Amino acid sequence: MVHIKRLQEGGTDIIAVIGEIDASSSIELDLAIAKSVGEGFKKILVDCHALEYISSAGLGVFMSYIEEFRDKNIKMVLFGLKDKVTNTFEILGLADLLNIRENKTEALKLANELSV
Amino acid sequence: MIKNKALTRLAFFGSVIAWVVLLFSDITILLSNLQGLQPDVPVWLPRVMLAAYIICLYYYYKFRIELDDSLNFTDLLWKVFATGLITTVVSLVFRLLVFLLGNTSLATNVVFSDFICQINLALLINFLIAALTSWKRLILYQKSKWLIRTWMVFDVMLLAMLLYDAAGIRFSETVTTTMNLVIGVLVLALSANMRWVAYLNFKQKWTSLLLLLLTFFYQAYFFYTVERSTEIIARATESLSRDSSAFLDYRTQLFILVLAAFIIIYGIFSFLVILFNLPTSSVFEQKLEEVVNFQRISQSIQTEQDEESVYNILLESSVSSVFADAAWLEITGANNERKMFTYRMTETESKNIREHLEKNNIKGVLDSGSEKTKNLSKHLASMKGSRFRSLLAFPIVVKEENIGTLALLKELPEGFNKEMTRIISTFANQAGISIENFRLMEEAFQNARYKEELKIAKTVQQSLLPTRLEQDKDFEIVAFSASADEVGGDYYDTLRISDHLVALIIADVSGKGTTAAFHMSQMKGIFHSLAQQHLEPKEFMARANQALVFCLERGSFISASYFVIDTNEKKISYCRAGHCPVLYLRAGTKESFYLKDKGAALGMIRSRDYCNFVETNEIKYGPGDTMLLYTDGITEAKNAKGEEFGNESLSQALNEVAGASAQEIEEHIIRRLYEFSGTKNINDDYTSMTIRFKG
Repeated sequence: MVHIKRLQEGGTDIIAVIGEIDASSSIELDLAIAKSVGEGFKKILVDCHALEYISSAGLGVFMSYIEEFRDKNIKMVLFGLKDKVTNTFEILGLADLLNIRENKTEALKLANELSV
Repeated sequence: MIKNKALTRLAFFGSVIAWVVLLFSDITILLSNLQGLQPDVPVWLPRVMLAAYIICLYYYYKFRIELDDSLNFTDLLWKVFATGLITTVVSLVFRLLVFLLGNTSLATNVVFSDFICQINLALLINFLIAALTSWKRLILYQKSKWLIRTWMVFDVMLLAMLLYDAAGIRFSETVTTTMNLVIGVLVLALSANMRWVAYLNFKQKWTSLLLLLLTFFYQAYFFYTVERSTEIIARATESLSRDSSAFLDYRTQLFILVLAAFIIIYGIFSFLVILFNLPTSSVFEQKLEEVVNFQRISQSIQTEQDEESVYNILLESSVSSVFADAAWLEITGANNERKMFTYRMTETESKNIREHLEKNNIKGVLDSGSEKTKNLSKHLASMKGSRFRSLLAFPIVVKEENIGTLALLKELPEGFNKEMTRIISTFANQAGISIENFRLMEEAFQNARYKEELKIAKTVQQSLLPTRLEQDKDFEIVAFSASADEVGGDYYDTLRISDHLVALIIADVSGKGTTAAFHMSQMKGIFHSLAQQHLEPKEFMARANQALVFCLERGSFISASYFVIDTNEKKISYCRAGHCPVLYLRAGTKESFYLKDKGAALGMIRSRDYCNFVETNEIKYGPGDTMLLYTDGITEAKNAKGEEFGNESLSQALNEVAGASAQEIEEHIIRRLYEFSGTKNINDDYTSMTIRFKG
């Protein structure tokens, strides 16, 4: 089960992911990101403080946007990942592909830097 | 069945014998009396034989009529009528005989009159008993405890009377009067049971009336005939003897009188009730038709009909139930398309009406927002060019969701009353339930099909795993794989490249189900074609990625680890592409560690840049070293508390059996895993491959 909240701050869309993302709930994450992209946000932060678990299908969602983000010049930064979640990202080699930061301030900073 | 037939025949023969004895004994007594002699047979014999005759006949008709379930109400009346007809014809034949004899001495003979009289009496009794059995079935059509008891009392009283007649005892006037009174009340109480009349349709009612009327006629005729001949004999014997039992006088037989009275009273009651029910019979028929229509709607799903036929049945049934002139049904289908069904009207007509209502800004059920039945007739009055003057609209609700509208139309103004509204409401509800059931059934079918597909996918997946693994004098390999109910995408394989090179792979396809099994088979193809080319592990991954990019859909990927064991140089070169790090146990130092090198899963990066995200690494092996390949199903296996098995437990389990054979190591780890999860029901695939080096 996953619960997703979206919050807009300035020109940044913050997507908070609460709970666990598995094969079935990954669709909700996909929908949230697709909505954000559709609404034209160029900076997307993903708040993973309350993300307890992510399955390979959930990682697939992040992965599937990498190229689209590059083409549309959208910057996505993940922050507040739990160790276990970070581990999952690292094992699959996604840590190198995604922008991951400790907290929101740093994440926002990175997003701003990258956008310039 | 055969037993019943035999009993019927037995009863019939019994009655015939009893009657023959009755006839001859009675004639003998009469003759003796006429000649002033003492009769050779006891005087009570005719009476007893009459009782025996009646009882035998009663059983005969019980088997013939009462136990025959195939008879309906008019059939019962017909049986009575037919019995009456036969007896009357027989009686008329004798009458003709008497007429032909004219004024001969035989015709005026008292004994001959008695003979004729006894025949007529027997026929009358025959007819009365047949009627009694039929009446019994009619009365007991809708039984209640009380009714059955009343009937039993009546039965017993009849029997008592029969015995009383047979015994020839005479009670005082008061006893007889009381008994008559009790029987009268019973007869009236029983005669009030006319429920069967309601189930007759119009035609059957007319038939019943006719049959009953003819039955009365027979009874009247018989009584007249029997009464007249009895009178003649009575007059003839009166002068001879003071003894009342000179011959069998039916007027002394209380049973026959009571029975005849009962038959007549119930007959008259039935006749009147049917007569007065005639004008309202159409209402009952209407109700019956509603019930049948209900059944049709609810059965329509069981007979493998589609949603459309449910709609058509609903239209037909509701139109016929309220005598509407036309109807339409608007339904939102399962996939959100709007469907229109019309009955006795064109789609243009219904469209015009809907447009008219819309134009006049009338909010009703037609806008599918309302959940109430609406009588929209008054709004039609302002519409020109339409033949309809009354309109009634109903919502059709499935799972609390309004899926459509049923509209009924009449050409008469104010054509619908409250009762009709109520009927159609129930129809619409029933149709809603039928449609819901229908859709649920459809879903169940889909699920069954999906399950069947999964079963196939699972078989495919199992068949993709190797049946034998490459062995070498330098190492031994064992592998284990258990899959959850859902099909996963775990894959492992081995391939000998040359005499000193062996390739190993373990992979996990993201996602589950048929697609996972499908990607797994692609992975197998890639492994078998690329590994043979003796590629460096990093190159293997780069090419595999390149091949998979065109097969994997967005968001899917495959994590894999590829190994090449070189037994000449005693080294393993490997490349990890997003797969769980390999657990390695050094025999010398007895320490185990994970080979955590960088590497992105296959399919994640779709460009040629992918080779920047993977790397080839090497490790030297020594005797007794153990390498454990596994999928995340093992490390992520959860116990009841929701804790994961984890890397720590895995390496600990391996350390516990350091030095054992590959088979033993594998068995130990799997045992530990099941001990931890505490259940045999796994929720992910468990796959492991254990390689133990000897050289």
